[in-house]
Amino acid sequence: MLLWLIPLFPLAGFAINGIFGRRFPKASINAVAIGSVLLSFLWVLKTLAGAGPLNAPLTEHYFTWIQSGTLSIGFDMTIDRLTAVMLLVVTGIGSLIHIYSIGYMAHEGGYYRFFAYMNLFMFFMLTLVLAANYLLLFVGWEGVGLCSYLLIGFYFDKKFATDAGNKAFIVNRIGDFGFSLAAFLIFKQFGSLDFAAVSGQAAGAPTGALTAIGLLLLLGACGKSAQIPLYVWLPDAMAGPTPVSALIHAATMVTAGVYMTARSWPIYVHAPQAMEMIAIIGTATAFFAATIGLAQNDIKKVFAYSTVSQLGYMFMGVGCGAFSAGIYHLMTHAFFKALLFLGSGAVIHALSGEQDLRHMGGLRHKIPWTFWTMMCAAVAIAGVPPFAGFWSKDAILLAAHAHAPWMYWAGTVTAGLTAFYVFRAMFLAFFGQYRGHHHPHESPAVMLAPLAALAALSLAGGWLFQVPQFLSAFFPAHEVPEDASLMAISTAAGLIGIALAYLMYVAKPALADSFAGSVKGLYWLVYNKYFVDEIYDAAVVTPVIDGSRAVLWKGVDAGLVDGAVNGVGARCRNVGSVLRLWQSGNIRSYATWVLVGGVLMIVAIGLAGGAR
Amino acid sequence: MSQVPLSWFLVLSALLFALGVAGFLFRRNIITVFMSIELMLNAVNLSFVTFAYQHKDVSGHLFVFFVMVVAAAEAAVGLAIILTVFKNRGTLNIDDISSMKN
Repeated sequence: MLLWLIPLFPLAGFAINGIFGRRFPKASINAVAIGSVLLSFLWVLKTLAGAGPLNAPLTEHYFTWIQSGTLSIGFDMTIDRLTAVMLLVVTGIGSLIHIYSIGYMAHEGGYYRFFAYMNLFMFFMLTLVLAANYLLLFVGWEGVGLCSYLLIGFYFDKKFATDAGNKAFIVNRIGDFGFSLAAFLIFKQFGSLDFAAVSGQAAGAPTGALTAIGLLLLLGACGKSAQIPLYVWLPDAMAGPTPVSALIHAATMVTAGVYMTARSWPIYVHAPQAMEMIAIIGTATAFFAATIGLAQNDIKKVFAYSTVSQLGYMFMGVGCGAFSAGIYHLMTHAFFKALLFLGSGAVIHALSGEQDLRHMGGLRHKIPWTFWTMMCAAVAIAGVPPFAGFWSKDAILLAAHAHAPWMYWAGTVTAGLTAFYVFRAMFLAFFGQYRGHHHPHESPAVMLAPLAALAALSLAGGWLFQVPQFLSAFFPAHEVPEDASLMAISTAAGLIGIALAYLMYVAKPALADSFAGSVKGLYWLVYNKYFVDEIYDAAVVTPVIDGSRAVLWKGVDAGLVDGAVNGVGARCRNVGSVLRLWQSGNIRSYATWVLVGGVLMIVAIGLAGGAR
Repeated sequence: MSQVPLSWFLVLSALLFALGVAGFLFRRNIITVFMSIELMLNAVNLSFVTFAYQHKDVSGHLFVFFVMVVAAAEAAVGLAIILTVFKNRGTLNIDDISSMKN
């Protein structure tokens, strides 16, 4: 089936643009970058069309990658129903965002560099999705992290961008530490890193080991998918160009953690405590991030916290045993969140770089295409039936209710908050009077076309692609009774959120300020993101930096390592300066020493009884 | 006729050698130093001959000839060096000829 061709196209695009792109005209860069991703998308379609119903995974073995003792890791790629969903999301959304980037990046420096990194990202993401064992998955996992770092720091002449890149990379190291430990444990337990072997043997493994593996994998997923306590890097990652935020930090890379936990379902179903932990972290993150999103003024920050919150939903679904609902939400979220980011990119583009909601307003008449497409995404994320978000959120909330009712209620409140903050951003940006100074202009067609495609997916994608049915045979059976009243309550929460946002930001704009004033302390806390960054700085970052500086640098490196090396040198010089005195260059002193030596030898021989 | 005891030869050899060493160590004039070296060589020659006579072995004599040949060659080269040094420096004091040092 030539699965390896799928990631190879973007890799070739990266190589061509990365090596020769500097000399290429923009049209050639576009052709290579977008062409490679589109080819990859078409190859996915062809592969899936030819693969049949995919009831059993199809694995292709290319070569043995690592062979050592009992460890044998193949360069294997596999395709099953879960992979099929991921491949379509990654290459499909990826193609749209690549096309959009032509317009968005048209006036930016480093044009070829941007597309080379984007193609490299696609390569690693597809490797991650296609991998048939945990190590190859880890290659893709680290690769997308690298590309994320490179693209967050794309504007490398700005300190906040490079700082954000470093933060993302370092926070992800904590998660990757967990992932690698989990991989070691998996090898120790199962003697193999292949998904097939793990899923075959998981039933017979001790619960303790599975729980440890599950929790460590969860730590890895928390880093990559920005869950509590490792979510802090994602809001800062918005320092990168907006298409990057849409592709990497909303639609694909950050969902890798959800994909990985869903992929590891054979481990989790036998480790209920680890699964409970996923659900709790997911619920807490969904709620917590949504509250922060309420008070942000940077349009991209609002959607960044929204992404964290929606990823929390996915983990809630996975943790409640509804793996397919989590993947369902992963897909619909990719539609509407990519659209929200691309739309906010179009707004920022229209306002020549303005990101502050307080300097927008009244844009719906000035950039109507952007407004209407973003509205499609907004109703989708708010859970208004029958649009995409409604279906997947509903599936997750039903599973949450069956698992633990408090999670359902937390999720429902979060749904209300989500609707509120998204529509707050929409109303602030598009309604009322224009409060900015730039002259807004509609984006070019090359940006609007992907917006329109994503708008269609946001509206119809949930109903059109019934992922839970498609994946029902892949994941363990998880029957949840349909409950119309639960559905109605969560939908009502979304509608109430929209209504409140309308009331506070369109109908009576003074109300928002007076409300914020009436709960000043709370508002202040939320506005400053609960001071989590400051707490982490004080509790972790500063001690680590100070410890590194005082102990590791001044103590170990300058004291011990340099001390040892310099000490050896200094002792040699001291000894040498004494020995040097013997080399006087005076023949008679040498002769004296020869004589003394001779006499001593004769004495010694004489004392030893003479030579016989 | 009573023979001269063997030890007398060896004592004489040792004395000559010691004189050579002393001359080598304490004299400043290069020619004197040079002669002291010859003296030491000849002291060794004497002990070689003594032992060769004692052991009735010809190899001792053989070594003496070698040493004499080397000493002759050494005298030729050494005296030539000394002459050149004197021409260039105008001195034969061994302590003044130390330009190789440092």
